[in-house]
Amino acid sequence: MPLRAKVASSVSRTAAALSRAAGRGDGSVIGGWIGLKIDPDLLAHLSAGRAIALISGTNGKTTTTRLAAAAVGVLGRVATNSFGANMPTGHTSALAKAGSTPYAVLEVDEHYLAQVLEATEPHVVALLNLSRDQLDRAKEVAMMAQLWRAALVRHADVRVVANADDPMVVWAATPPADPARGVDTPHVTWFSAGQRWHDDSWVCPECGSTIRRSAEHWWCTGCPLRRPEPHWTVEDDGVLDPTGAWHKVRLQLPGKVNIGNAATALAVAAEFGVRPVDAVSRLGAVTSVAGRYAQVDRDGRNIRLLLAKNPASWLEAFDMADEAPTLLSINARDPDGLDTSWLFDVDFAPLRGRQVLITGDRAYDLAVRLEINDVPFQHIRTFDEAVRAVPPGRLEVIANYTAFQDIRAELDRVN
Amino acid sequence: MSTESLRIVWIYPDLLSTYGDRGNMLILARRAQRRGMPVEVLEVRSNQRLPATADIYLIGGGEDGPQALGAQRLLADGGLHRAVAQGSVVFGVCAGYQLLGTSFFAKGTRCAGLELLDFSSDRGPTRAVGELAGDVDPRLGIPALSGFENHGGRTHLGPGVSPLARVTAGVGNDGATEGAWRGKLLGTYSHGPALARNPALADLLLRWATGAHQLPPLDDTWSDRLRSERRAAVAAARA
Repeated sequence: MPLRAKVASSVSRTAAALSRAAGRGDGSVIGGWIGLKIDPDLLAHLSAGRAIALISGTNGKTTTTRLAAAAVGVLGRVATNSFGANMPTGHTSALAKAGSTPYAVLEVDEHYLAQVLEATEPHVVALLNLSRDQLDRAKEVAMMAQLWRAALVRHADVRVVANADDPMVVWAATPPADPARGVDTPHVTWFSAGQRWHDDSWVCPECGSTIRRSAEHWWCTGCPLRRPEPHWTVEDDGVLDPTGAWHKVRLQLPGKVNIGNAATALAVAAEFGVRPVDAVSRLGAVTSVAGRYAQVDRDGRNIRLLLAKNPASWLEAFDMADEAPTLLSINARDPDGLDTSWLFDVDFAPLRGRQVLITGDRAYDLAVRLEINDVPFQHIRTFDEAVRAVPPGRLEVIANYTAFQDIRAELDRVN
Repeated sequence: MSTESLRIVWIYPDLLSTYGDRGNMLILARRAQRRGMPVEVLEVRSNQRLPATADIYLIGGGEDGPQALGAQRLLADGGLHRAVAQGSVVFGVCAGYQLLGTSFFAKGTRCAGLELLDFSSDRGPTRAVGELAGDVDPRLGIPALSGFENHGGRTHLGPGVSPLARVTAGVGNDGATEGAWRGKLLGTYSHGPALARNPALADLLLRWATGAHQLPPLDDTWSDRLRSERRAAVAAARA
């Protein structure tokens, strides 16, 4: 590593430690920010000599990154940005902090995938899904797919692990070959992790025709784009690998969606030569991920935290949550997106019959939504008030990004 | 009303439903049901024929590709034009508002609109993203518009339409006016579930559809709280 990079890396680690010691955060962003100021190529320097996997998509990337890091861990030490700091500053911090490791598994914000592909030259990139998220500033879904596609054309040597169930992902992962310019199509391994949310992929990104669906299959009515045959699938509470062997998955994380994330993690690890039979037991060691799924006991209540950032992930959260009193908290600060329209893309009907409490900066938006959805609720102002308002036992907390962080802070930054 | 129940059609939810547009359908149906009106709700996908006999038609927001495709399908289908000729109510939001006009821009080209309202849309220099508020045309007799906008379009009104509102915050059509209306056709850049923050606008559409001069009041406590919270937020952002 050049001297400048060494200095930058060392200063970056110190800043991260100071940030943590001062109680100002996880230190997972500030260290990288300072390091990149000293050496703008620091991420590339820190990536050199490591076999790297990038994990990107709208939903599930933090959890899948954690599971994939556990699976790749079969082979040796793995650097990873496990606090969900998923932009280049976070990657730089994570790699600097980990020191020299043979492997790295990095979660990447979908907007930064092209840039991080460039800097880290990964061995494999996993593309999970693309759906509406923070629409007041995020790029439209089809445009994001186009950016991914263009990035993969420039890196046709990277191995791709991609979701066969999401038309936008399939299209992004299969750019056309261009023999005249020496461009090959990337090698793709397809997984099927199921997809509850279809509302962002009714129009073909290739030709603009309607996409039709029947059971798990989908196809474009105007061009050859269709669901590829997946190599990895979820079956019951386990994963079917490309050889046809079935592996029971015992997770401490709730919901069918996490079995899908486990399948993706095993597929990523397999690209490094990890056999699923060797990795699957390690997945059960993952308990909570940056506070997601964390459980905290307070005043006789067992509080479980579920993060739901956009319509697709709310549907998953209702599936994971127990039939128990539920606190919903909504903010619309910068990291959440300023627009709360998506509340009407979510059907809250699964909450009928549960005691529902609402809070957060934008509780009134939620109140209007729930009233129209015929879900009775009670508006509370503080987290303590919510805890007192429910009987002893499980309290499910479902919150969007900054609301989740606020509640996590109440619970002493539980991980 | 055309039949014994109020028929609400949501046009092409497979194409034009990017920002919780379903909300407007749910809100209209619920507010009608609360007044004891029987309601029939139809979601018509872009591969289906559009019935010409509904009372209220809703068109939502969408990305460029789906917007252009939606306009093509509606022009080919002709059902909406027949419905308008028979006096049906149309409520267009964002991309669904633009395509009611003579033309709009999508994917870098000018696309033919439905020519149901006298305005045309093109691209503005910047994207308009944020709170949108305005004082509604007094002839409509409803309180100020409150919403959120997210669009790159600018809309130029012709003499055949009136602006829905005078902008007090945000951009709307062009920074001065927002939305447009004529007869029983109304469009707005207040996107997605625009009626959630504007129950009086929902009731205006219901009155147009039913011919009722007045509707029994409903408990709008939560909408009122949301409206005043948003009004305070807009004022605070300006201060």
